[in-house]
Amino acid sequence: MGSIVLRQVEKVFGDVTVIPPIDLEIADGEFAVFVGPSGCGKSTLLRLIAGLEDATAGTISIDGRDATDLAPAKRGLSMVFQSYALYPHMSVRSNIAFPLKMAGLAQADIDAKVKAAAETLNLGDYLDRKPKQLSGGQRQRVAIGRAIVREPSAFLFDEPLSNLDAALRVQMRLEISQLHQKLKTTMVYVTHDQVEAMTMADKIVVLNKGRIEQVGSPLELYRRPANRFVAGFIGSPKMNFVGGAIAAAHGAATIGIRPENLAVSRDAGDWLGTIVVAEHLGSDTFLHIATDAAGTLTIRVSGEVPVHHGDRVFVTPDASALHRFDDKGIAIR
Amino acid sequence: MSTQHSRAAARLLVAPSVVLLFLWMIVPLALTVWFSFERFNLLMPATREWIGLTNYRFFLTDPAFFAAILNTLLIVVGVLAITIVGGILLALLLDRPMFGQGIVRLLVIAPFFVMPTVSALVWKNMFMNPVNGLLAWLQKAVGMAPHDWLATTPLFAVIVIVAWQWLPFATLILLTALQSLDEEQREAAELDGAGAIARFRFIVLPHLSRAITVVILIQTIFLLSVFAEILVTTNGGPGTDSTNIAFLVYAQALLQFDVGGASAGGIVAVVLANIVAFFLMRMIGRTLEG
Repeated sequence: MGSIVLRQVEKVFGDVTVIPPIDLEIADGEFAVFVGPSGCGKSTLLRLIAGLEDATAGTISIDGRDATDLAPAKRGLSMVFQSYALYPHMSVRSNIAFPLKMAGLAQADIDAKVKAAAETLNLGDYLDRKPKQLSGGQRQRVAIGRAIVREPSAFLFDEPLSNLDAALRVQMRLEISQLHQKLKTTMVYVTHDQVEAMTMADKIVVLNKGRIEQVGSPLELYRRPANRFVAGFIGSPKMNFVGGAIAAAHGAATIGIRPENLAVSRDAGDWLGTIVVAEHLGSDTFLHIATDAAGTLTIRVSGEVPVHHGDRVFVTPDASALHRFDDKGIAIR
Repeated sequence: MSTQHSRAAARLLVAPSVVLLFLWMIVPLALTVWFSFERFNLLMPATREWIGLTNYRFFLTDPAFFAAILNTLLIVVGVLAITIVGGILLALLLDRPMFGQGIVRLLVIAPFFVMPTVSALVWKNMFMNPVNGLLAWLQKAVGMAPHDWLATTPLFAVIVIVAWQWLPFATLILLTALQSLDEEQREAAELDGAGAIARFRFIVLPHLSRAITVVILIQTIFLLSVFAEILVTTNGGPGTDSTNIAFLVYAQALLQFDVGGASAGGIVAVVLANIVAFFLMRMIGRTLEG
């Protein structure tokens, strides 16, 4: 139903190439997340799929049919915007009903569909309110409601959670994931937050400067990053990178070590260092240690460890969990 | 923050300007009310005497008065209709990215800076003149008889001139409103399957409603008292065909030298303006709240 295939899609604004030719396949029912730093072209790519931007070259097929030159409304997609883009002068009911009204449905059908959508999203009590009388999370739900009544072949989300506070973001993240389980419709989700990408995605597309760095499942990217960029971008806290003689000893220009693959000991180990900051989270402890040999490293230790700022400790990497990169930043396998 | 003491001091300090402004308003108003009850003709200053409501009876039963009220309303409604419809269309055009946008916008705003007397004279002599006017020349060029705007359709001519002056104002306000429309809302509507006309009807027009209300309010205040354009073009004529209330009061006072009658007319105009203002404020209060 909702597969999306991009073949050599390119986008050029004036003489700036925002997206060099890209190939990408998103399978039906998949939750694909485009992730990357700001300005990496992930929103542009989404807008190309939506039809809000015209591709300079290449073809976009949706549902197996060529949609490159199709008007946005004809592509059978619906989109949730970063600002929600609710119509401020319409009630929640009219907002959700708008796409149905434009499609020329009978009033009875519209009412039934709006009611069903409102029930799915717990909006029943708010149908007669105006968007400005709603909280951020409720507005988000209305925007999603407006998207689902059309029963599209795929949903597009453009950083939908970035205007919410941290607690609400976690909750809405969960709700969107549940919605995906329930509807089983293809979803394409754009975010700059790798945590959102890791938690929600079936498939993550890591973008950098318009290029696709790597495509894969969250754990695939986590365990086998294709290059330094993906390695540094996926995972929190960030992967540590060590160069110089230590890397050369492993036959690489740079080696990367995840914070949880470093062990701390007071008595013995590879690298001696001083604790700069110890962040005690209860479940985990993050230690920032300035080592004499390998520079400043971030270390994640499970549970509580009785160390403090200024302590001298030894750090030992888990040799089996090293990531090696050559001088171009490509992973050596 | 402000204590009882400082509030009293504040009142004391603003008192002079408040008193001055109050006198500025109340003295002319009181004198006008006073004159409106007198027989007061500048040609016969010695015959001033109290005549009660006679001036009002004469003014309100004068056939010219009803013509003037109708003309005033026609000017207000006509100009509002032209400027709002034209203003929306122009604003939609100017909102498009184009070459020389800054200069084009400046040119569109220009008529607003031309004095009413000057623009009315330009229209009268260069456009609407049946012998030398541009419009007459255009008509002759296609073999039609030139239309004498000011003689045969004087009120329409005045409306056209005044609308030309106010079109930039409406365009400017509506353009800024248009630019404040969230781009994502437009795109969302596009994805929701709304075509260009549906987008205008359901997204753009509701967004513009506040700006339209503001244009209606401000223009109505000024359009009720259009005067210079009538004075330099038609002089209220032929007959009373293009006389509005403001011009009628002027004619009463300074052409017939009847200060008493003109004062009564002035008071009637004040009452009418307040009735209009009352309904306007109610309408606007509703729009601006929502």
